[in-house]
Amino acid sequence: MVETVLFVIFGLAALFGAITMVWARNPVYSAMGLMLTMFSIAVFYVSNSAHFVAAVQVIIYAGAVMTLFLFVIMLIGVDKAEDRSENLPIQRPLALALIALFGSAVVVAGRLAWTTGVHNPLDPVNGSVEAIGNELFRKWVLPFEVTALLLIVAAAGAIALAFFRDGDDAEVDA
Amino acid sequence: MTGLLESIFESVFWSAVVKTVVAFALLMVNTLLLVWFERRVVAFMQNRLGPNRAGPLGILQTLADGVKLFFKEQITPRKVELGMYLAAPIAAMIPAFLIFMVIPIGAPVTIGDTVVTLQGTDLNVGLLFILAMSSLAVYSIVLAGWASGSKYPLLGGVRATAQMISYEAAMGLALVPVVLFASIQIADGSFGVGTMSLSRLVELQQGSFRGFIPGWFVFWLLPSFIIFAIAAVAETNRAPFDLVEAEAEIVGGYHTEYSGIRFALFFLAEYINMFNVSAIAVTVFFGGWLGPDFGLPSWIAWVMPIMWFLLKTYALLFMFVWLRATLPRMRYDQLMTLGWKRLIPAGLVWLIVFTIVQAFRSFGAPWS
Repeated sequence: MVETVLFVIFGLAALFGAITMVWARNPVYSAMGLMLTMFSIAVFYVSNSAHFVAAVQVIIYAGAVMTLFLFVIMLIGVDKAEDRSENLPIQRPLALALIALFGSAVVVAGRLAWTTGVHNPLDPVNGSVEAIGNELFRKWVLPFEVTALLLIVAAAGAIALAFFRDGDDAEVDA
Repeated sequence: MTGLLESIFESVFWSAVVKTVVAFALLMVNTLLLVWFERRVVAFMQNRLGPNRAGPLGILQTLADGVKLFFKEQITPRKVELGMYLAAPIAAMIPAFLIFMVIPIGAPVTIGDTVVTLQGTDLNVGLLFILAMSSLAVYSIVLAGWASGSKYPLLGGVRATAQMISYEAAMGLALVPVVLFASIQIADGSFGVGTMSLSRLVELQQGSFRGFIPGWFVFWLLPSFIIFAIAAVAETNRAPFDLVEAEAEIVGGYHTEYSGIRFALFFLAEYINMFNVSAIAVTVFFGGWLGPDFGLPSWIAWVMPIMWFLLKTYALLFMFVWLRATLPRMRYDQLMTLGWKRLIPAGLVWLIVFTIVQAFRSFGAPWS
C-alpha cells in the first residue's frame, strides 16, 4: 500500500522532472528537473529497502553532480538568449518516429513475462550497509579496486590536460 | 495516561506523527533560544549587553523579532524568477528538519511495554543520510541567489556552490574513521562490523577509562573532530567562512532580495543547521546523550540524557559563537586553499594513519 502510493507520487514526479529537463528553455529549470528525477529514483531505492544505494544516489547525483551543473550554468551565464535554430531539419519527425518505436517496444516488453513484482518474502533482500560492504570487500574486492584505479586515472588525466599544455599555448592563454 | 501514551507509540503512524510535531516544536523553541544566546554571548565578548529588554534577560527578543518579520511587508523585486524565488526559502527548511530527525536526543524511554526512541527514525545509513541532506542544502542558497535576478545574490549563490561542495568532501572524509573505529569498538578489540546508525554510535561510546574519562570517540579521533568542526562551520556558512553572505562585499549575499517571512525562513534554516551540526558532532564524537544520571528516581531519570545532550550541544554552539565573535572573515581564495589543500589532504593522511594503526591493533604486525 505505502509502496504503491510512493511509487505513484514519485513516479509522476520523476516523469515531470524528466519532461521539464527536456522542455524548459532555461538551463536552470532543466537542471532542477533532472535533480527532481534523480531524487525520485532515490525514493524508489528506499521503498525497495536499498537505503545505502538511495543515500549514495542523493549524495552523488542529486548532490554533487547537479550542484556542479548548476555552478557551470551560472558561471557561463544564464541570461544569454539561447539560439533555438535547429541544424538538423529532420530531427523533429525523427524524434516522433523514435518515440513511436520506443512506445511499441515498451508495449511489446510489457507482454513478456518478467520476474519483477512483489518479491518472495521468504527470500529477504538485505540492502544494509553491512551486507553491501561484505559483498563489496570480500567477493568483489578486485573489481572494486580496479574501478577505483580507473577513476583515479581519469581524474589525473583531467588534471594533466588542464595543467600541462604546450608552452606556446600557455603563453597565448595568459 | 500511560495507557494512552503506550497506545500512541505502539502504532507506527501515530508515533511518527507525534515525533515529527515534537521535533518541529523543539527546533522552533531551540532556534528562539539560540539566536538570543548568540546575540548575548557576542555582546558580552564585545563588552556590550546585547538584547536585555524583552522578557527576563531579553530572552523573548527573538520572539518579538520573529513576530515583526511575520507581519512585515514582503517585497518581491520585479526581475525575480517567481517560482524558484518562492521555492528557495522552503527548500532551505526541508534538509534542516530532515537532518534533525535522525539524531538521537535522549536514551530510549520505556512506556509500559513499548520502547520509544527519542529520535525521528534510526536509519541504518544515518551518517550517509546526514551527508546526503546537507548536500541538498546548497540548492536553496544557489536558487535563491539565481532567482533573485540581481548581481550580488548571484555572486553569493556561486560562492555557496563551490564552498559547500569543497567542504562536504572534507566532512565526509572526517567521518570515515568514525565508522572504521566503530567496527573496532564492537566486540572489544576483535574485528567486527562497523555501523553508520547514530544510535549505535552513541551506544558504542558507553563506558570509561579508569572510571573518570568517558569513552567518547573524540579521545581517539581528535583529528577527525577538528576536520569535522572546521568543515561544519563552512557548511553552515558561519563566520569566519560566511563568504556567501559577506555584507562587506556582496551586500547580503543570497538573501539580499528577500524580506519578511521569506527571509525569516533562511535565517531559521541557518540556525537549525548550526544546531544540527553541533548535535551531530556531539553524537558522533562526544557520546551523544550519555552521561551520569546521579541515581535519580526513574520517573525523572529519563530527562537526564536529554539534559546532557543539550548541555554538550550548547557547549559546541558556544564555540561557534566564539569563532564568530573573534575571527575575521577569510578571503575567498584562502577559503578554497584551506578546503582543498589543507583539510582534504589532512583528512586523507589521517585516514591512512588511522587505518594502519587499527590494522596493527586488530590483526597484528604483517611479519608476525
